Amino acid sequence: MCGIIGLHLRDPELHPMLGRLLDDMLCGVSERGPDSVGIAVYGDETRNPAGHTAVSVLRAPGDLAATVATLLPGAPDVRVQPAGDTTVVTAPVDVDALTAAAVAAAPDALVVGSGHELVVYKGAGHPQDLARTYGLREVSGWQGVAHTRMATESAINPEGCHPYSVGADQCLVHNGSFSNHATIRRELRRQGVSFDSENDTEVGARFVAACLAEGDDLEKALLRLGETFDGFYTLLVTTAEGFAVVRDEIACKPAVIAEHPRWVAMASEFRALADLPGIDEARIFEPDPGKVYTWGR
Amino acid sequence: MGALSRAEAQERAPQPVTIDLAEVGVRALNAELHAPTATSYEVLHPHGAHSIAAGVHDEIDVGVRGHAGYFCAGMNQRGRVVVDGSAGNGVAENMMSGSVRVRGDASQAAGATGRGGLLVVEGRASMRCGISMKGIDIVVGGDIGAMGAFMAQAGRLVVCGDAGDALGDSIYEARLYVRGRTGTLGADCVEKPVRDEHLAELRELLTAAGLDHDPAEFRRFGSARGLYHFTGDHGSY
Repeated sequence: MCGIIGLHLRDPELHPMLGRLLDDMLCGVSERGPDSVGIAVYGDETRNPAGHTAVSVLRAPGDLAATVATLLPGAPDVRVQPAGDTTVVTAPVDVDALTAAAVAAAPDALVVGSGHELVVYKGAGHPQDLARTYGLREVSGWQGVAHTRMATESAINPEGCHPYSVGADQCLVHNGSFSNHATIRRELRRQGVSFDSENDTEVGARFVAACLAEGDDLEKALLRLGETFDGFYTLLVTTAEGFAVVRDEIACKPAVIAEHPRWVAMASEFRALADLPGIDEARIFEPDPGKVYTWGR
Repeated sequence: MGALSRAEAQERAPQPVTIDLAEVGVRALNAELHAPTATSYEVLHPHGAHSIAAGVHDEIDVGVRGHAGYFCAGMNQRGRVVVDGSAGNGVAENMMSGSVRVRGDASQAAGATGRGGLLVVEGRASMRCGISMKGIDIVVGGDIGAMGAFMAQAGRLVVCGDAGDALGDSIYEARLYVRGRTGTLGADCVEKPVRDEHLAELRELLTAAGLDHDPAEFRRFGSARGLYHFTGDHGSY
């Protein structure tokens, strides 16, 4: 089943409320995915300060901050924020340098997100409990996504949580299953792409990241995904620039979009949108099969 | 004795029993509706909850004041359900009789597998509207999405707006009427002539739905009956 929510705030006055709005939305999709939840937020300066980048890590050792600091030139201000299974490391260095330092400092750990704007949290457990662990209601920012998981094809653990964030400030969440992911994974591996898991969604995320790296915009990348991937999917893809939704041509997996002058939201079900401010004035529709919908900042 | 005036009749009509879903759950609501102690109900704060008024089997009125989630009024028998908002997947699925009216839009699979009764969607209906319908009548005020009346077996689907691609794919029977444009027709679905009996039934359905379109504006689609029997000799497999 799985549940997806996404919220892109157009009105800066709402930015301090991002976490509260996401938490209310999460309640509406918890029953769709009670196993685990992953959350990504963009633009929270207390969690990813201006001038810093953040890397989210699973299985982080306790001394991660000190080790990362010794690996970075000039011993910068490295901060660590633990939140359940996830540890967020920030430092005033570029994304690649911080990611490389985190990997070198903790070879057994797994990097699950990185970016200038982005912070990713993943964990196994009930969505509402984990939302408290992540301090979701206190989050501020301009964009957020979450995924509640009912696992069907790989184990229930933090590694299997969405979003898959495999490029700086990129996130992909998926409701459905890809059927030809093994073939595409082999092809991407031949091109030099490496993978963290056997999960089908990771293949989608790596494919989109590769398209974006080639210079495609989100719409083109998702149209290419539609030509290449077989299976069932509703996808929500976010970057530092925006927000995109696409469904496969059969469109069995649900999706509802609500567009308001102050925000754009997407969810698996209407009830996740019911509490958004001004929902009664929003344009509410279901995305057409195979069509890519994008919104920019 | 003279007839009651409209206002007098209204006054004498029993006031609906109000059930607020902000206070009680859907199970409590449906338990009451399954063994009704009143003839008329009003449901407040539906908030997109699933299965509102599913399994009604008495001649009662249920007004849902807001948006309903999945399977609203599913399996309805004899009840008259009105949703003052939009409805999620599978509204009135497997309806047997009675009526369901959605004043807003309906999500996918509206009226799926319905065997009888009338489903009216005043707004638009999404994909797979009337999938596997088996006798239900469905009238949609606006457009329907792709794959409408997929594998339809009996009943009538009236679309006052446009119909999306693959209309009537693998249709057995059922009569489909579309006033606007149609996308592609699904396998074995063909356009058919509109005869007097079709105009008459369309008029009846539109009247029942409270719509006043001219039946002459509609086109009719149905089964070419080309998939009823295997035609290949399977020798090439």
